[in-house]
Amino acid sequence: MAGVRTLEELFKVAPDLYDVTVFGAEPYANYNRILLSPVLAGEITIKDIMLNDVDWYEQNNVRLHLYKKVVKIDRRARKIFTEDGTEESYDRLLLATGSNAIMLPVPGVDLDGVLTYRDIQDTDTMIAASAKYKHAVVIGGGLLGLEAANGLKLRGMDVTVVHLNEWLMERQLDKTAAVMLQKSLEAKGLEFRLKTQTEAIIGENGHTKAVRFKGGEEIPADLVCMAVGIRPNVELAKSAGLHCNRGIVVNDTMQTFDPRIYAVGECVEHRGAAYGLVAPLFEMAKVCANHLAQIGISRYTGSVVSTKLKVTGIDLFSAGNFAGGEDADEIVLHDAAGGVYKKIVLKDGKIVGSVLYGDTADGAWYFQLLRDGRNVQELRDQLMFGENHLGNAGHQGQNKAASMSNEMEVCGCNGICKGTIVNAIKEKGLFTLEEVRKYTKASSSCGSCTGLVEQILASTVGGAYEPQRKKTKPVCSCTDHSHDEVRKAIREQKLLSIPMIVSFLEWRTPNGCASCRPALNYYVLSTWPHEAQDDPQSRFVNERVHANIQKDGTYSVVPRMWGGITNASELRRIADVVDKYNIPTVKVTGGQRIDLLGIKKEDLPDVWRDLDMPSGHAYAKALRTVKTCVGSEWCRFGVQDSTNMGITLEQKLWRLQAPHKVKLAVSGCPRNCAESGVKDVGVIGVDSGWEIYVGGNGGIKTEVAQFLVKVATADEVIEYSSAFLQLYRDEGHYLERTVHFIARVGLDYVKARVLNDAESRKALYERLQYALAGEADPWKERVAGKDRQQFEVLAV
Amino acid sequence: MKKEALATRIDVVKKSDMSDGQDVSSWHHVCSLTDIPVLGARVVKSSHGDIAVFRNAEDQVFALRDKCPHKGGPLSQGIVFGRRVACPLHGWNIELEDGCAVEPDEGCAASFPVCIEEGQIYLQL
Repeated sequence: MAGVRTLEELFKVAPDLYDVTVFGAEPYANYNRILLSPVLAGEITIKDIMLNDVDWYEQNNVRLHLYKKVVKIDRRARKIFTEDGTEESYDRLLLATGSNAIMLPVPGVDLDGVLTYRDIQDTDTMIAASAKYKHAVVIGGGLLGLEAANGLKLRGMDVTVVHLNEWLMERQLDKTAAVMLQKSLEAKGLEFRLKTQTEAIIGENGHTKAVRFKGGEEIPADLVCMAVGIRPNVELAKSAGLHCNRGIVVNDTMQTFDPRIYAVGECVEHRGAAYGLVAPLFEMAKVCANHLAQIGISRYTGSVVSTKLKVTGIDLFSAGNFAGGEDADEIVLHDAAGGVYKKIVLKDGKIVGSVLYGDTADGAWYFQLLRDGRNVQELRDQLMFGENHLGNAGHQGQNKAASMSNEMEVCGCNGICKGTIVNAIKEKGLFTLEEVRKYTKASSSCGSCTGLVEQILASTVGGAYEPQRKKTKPVCSCTDHSHDEVRKAIREQKLLSIPMIVSFLEWRTPNGCASCRPALNYYVLSTWPHEAQDDPQSRFVNERVHANIQKDGTYSVVPRMWGGITNASELRRIADVVDKYNIPTVKVTGGQRIDLLGIKKEDLPDVWRDLDMPSGHAYAKALRTVKTCVGSEWCRFGVQDSTNMGITLEQKLWRLQAPHKVKLAVSGCPRNCAESGVKDVGVIGVDSGWEIYVGGNGGIKTEVAQFLVKVATADEVIEYSSAFLQLYRDEGHYLERTVHFIARVGLDYVKARVLNDAESRKALYERLQYALAGEADPWKERVAGKDRQQFEVLAV
Repeated sequence: MKKEALATRIDVVKKSDMSDGQDVSSWHHVCSLTDIPVLGARVVKSSHGDIAVFRNAEDQVFALRDKCPHKGGPLSQGIVFGRRVACPLHGWNIELEDGCAVEPDEGCAASFPVCIEEGQIYLQL
């Protein structure tokens, strides 16, 4: 898998650089070894787990030699030799010899019916044996042993797992979780012998008959499966004189001590570590391909791994240092009767390990926080309740992906059920969220089910699933650069247009795609106001047309009503426009304005002219509304003039463009009738001044805004709100709402920039004022004739 | 398309018109290339309904029925990149060449022959 994965990565970046020949000792092409357990369990077939069939090799002009074991490397002549005498010369050689299962050195291991569990042949042998025999013994209660035992049980055998340690999976689980796991597996009919050492395997007519333990006890065994560990396969490398310890020693570019020879996968030892899980192999493959392609900017620096057990109906997750130790803290939730156990291990304010049993919904999230090395001090009291608590895990709140039935809907936008996703993962060999999105569309629209899709992915492919690191997540498939890297380059290199970015950062596509172009356009404009070049063709239709497209291709128009205040003259003009242009629907919006729906594109400039009101920007990633309550001018409870505060804020901030839409509200007393608690910036008047809240959201996932500061004057409200919004404009990722921005950078960081450092706050405030100065009303510009062409229809 | 080729095709159309008098397709002038923004589109009203005429970064032009095979969204309003357009309603990616949706989506918008002749765009209907 690691070898062919490297080729796939190589072909992505340098398809024609090498003539490639692949030698494999097995009679099969490349298959997904991780899914052997479901094959053994009878849930899928061998055919389902083929990753690259023979056709793939043909299509990519790769010569494939199956069933040919390479036995010698002549490094001086740069040639390899196979068992049957085939020779091949090389410029670069890639070793992906994997690992061998360890056989215990006890009498009887050479009997028929004693095997390890590594490949398709082992799996076939076990399936055949299960049809013929009754008693199976699995030696080794680790991940692989338990998966083998479960598979054999499902195939109808009586299975006993023999384990040397005091509890199961001791390398991944603490005792509490292991005991819960053992109980669940016992309920499935498995038997366990812990703290038990195997002394010998007893045979009869050359076939295994029983296993004898230290102390003399014997149990019947027609099939013995050894799953006590793996050892990197270094035989070939060693015979060629390459430096090997436990594995073939490689550097950060996956080169062995002979720089023409690379090695990836389970056969290598990197910085003293050898890996038996699949996620690290993929990272190695990427780095190796990068180096083979002579790009040479990528380094492998080791992996933190996570584990999931692929036993249907059992949710188990483990990552990092779960045992804790000195100066580590543990947060533990243990519901023995409910079958849930969660442990998070923290050190210096960061997650260093986690064990989850029964409810693994947040495994992917914890793992991401762990790998990102993010300081979680401020999330600490919410960590145990999961990301669900912070949004992003499906709006119906399912949190047990493994227990969902195949018919249950996961993605409500695209109508995708769990079964469809699972099938696509298995059939197409998908490993990443992006791949699942590409093939199934699940979670590709509003994204609220992303967490759930990640869980399904994790529970289907197990440890092979690698959550994308947010810090390094590429903007889109056109590039490997992350949002932060792109923003940094724009800032430092003063990139003023999309073509400059695409060329400086070496985009893979000539003019980007529909995902990255709107982001890049926003980034250049927000970083270099009045200097950068706007590209209307890189904006979503609404921002190009300055109205909201509707399902039938007509548009809606929402004029701005400052703070939700209007008057007879405005209402009369609106009424006249509705009559004159036969506007079918007039609706009051949630943001205290009026929406005119069903307007033809060609009528838009005339509608705007006749309305003679400012653009409401309901179509833009920009300041939308400032919702207000009546406030102290009329309300008997009001303690502050919220209406005028709202109008002032709106007039100061309108035309502000942002990574996503921005909504504000101002309430005149703590009764909070303007619903400031679910706004990007929410202001609440109290007797002695104003409270400012940030990061609220009433959308896909309701999020309550967090308290930022209390100030005394209206000027301060404007300064602090402006500074916060400018920080968001400068550092937010495109399409990231304020709630997610704050979750990513931390409220403490926001406070450091906006509250504690007066100079920083002033600078942010002034930057925003500079950006907005002279910014025109887009409707007025278009009434005056700008972009007239796009509103004109051609005819033939 | 080369000038000669276009001339020949118009010629053929005219001949067939005369020969059997049936309603057959012919080339129509649309606008000049510069009337369409780079990586943009214009809508053309025709007896066949609305047609979107696209221009990409290499100044190639493409003509598709202005209806996404998904839910009828106006493709002319989408973001054009490479040789594709993303529908403005739900983001389906459509190949400009043949009007077909990119996997995993399925369906095609009808495509029409279109060519540039001395900076002028012609559409065959």
